[in-house]
Amino acid sequence: MMRSLFVSLLLLCAIAPFAIAKEAEPTGDDPAVEQRLMNLSKELRCLVCQNETLADSQADLAADLRGEIREQIKAGKSDKEIIEFLTARYGQFILYRPRVTPTTYLLWFGPFVLLLGGLWVLFTYIRQRRDAVAENPLSDDERRRAEELLASASGKETM
Amino acid sequence: MLKYLIPLALFLVLVVFLAIGLGRDPHEVPSPLINKAAPTFRLPQLKEPTKTFSADDMRGKVWILNVWASWCISCRDEHPLLVEYAKTRAVPIYGLNWKDKREDALQWLDELGDPYVLSVSDLDGRIAIDYGVYGAPETYVIDQSGTIRFKQIGAVTPDVWSNKILPLVQQLNRQGSSK
Repeated sequence: MMRSLFVSLLLLCAIAPFAIAKEAEPTGDDPAVEQRLMNLSKELRCLVCQNETLADSQADLAADLRGEIREQIKAGKSDKEIIEFLTARYGQFILYRPRVTPTTYLLWFGPFVLLLGGLWVLFTYIRQRRDAVAENPLSDDERRRAEELLASASGKETM
Repeated sequence: MLKYLIPLALFLVLVVFLAIGLGRDPHEVPSPLINKAAPTFRLPQLKEPTKTFSADDMRGKVWILNVWASWCISCRDEHPLLVEYAKTRAVPIYGLNWKDKREDALQWLDELGDPYVLSVSDLDGRIAIDYGVYGAPETYVIDQSGTIRFKQIGAVTPDVWSNKILPLVQQLNRQGSSK
């Protein structure tokens, strides 16, 4: 009894992945088309699961869009035309690498501005500190006391 | 004093940016189609598939295109509101039945009521792609010249209807009649 239960459980486990897996998408027969589709869809964002590329996404919309791109490739459209087609409908959001336009300057150059600002703060801080240290040299009196203290300290150590 | 004020000011700026960022819904992607011509289509009608309907048939009228599907959960939330709004006859609502099975769609309308003047079937979702649809329900307000003037992503709420859609429709109708 236990044994047959165990076997059927094992069988169930073996079958489960096939039950979960979706029906395979119709793939084109032309490997060159598929390669271009793959390269393009890696650059494009799936709008349903926004942190996935169109290439990775399992969403139905992503499958539809891949189908659309495949057909456009077959129709002889260039990559640029296809990207244009998609951004006209879904906006720049669909691009994983947003274009450099005045609205995205902050996005593209902001980190470098922050880096420069950080460097400026760092250098001014270091310069200030160096000046502050250099401005207060020991007086003769202080130097003599320091030497005395050092001498007595080393004297103790040897004992 | 300034030594402490500068970091404080920077911190406050950061807080404001983060607060704005948190308040936004990342699922609402601004549509590039606003103020552009509504993509044209000719699709079979859901109830009478032998007849077709085209966006061009609506030239000269302000109308609403609502993307819906029987498999779409938020559509179910939105539906009673649409039924109610359709009764006011403020603006004709047309449905784009997105990637749905015809029987399921008809059954849904039977069960929940039909707010649409008519619905068209976009079985393979090609027209939805033209409209930049990525999550039903989506609602478009289209003006007399066939230009998209407003897009609601996700379910229409009473707030959106009475504060955005209705005033816009009234304004468009006024502009249309004064021309």
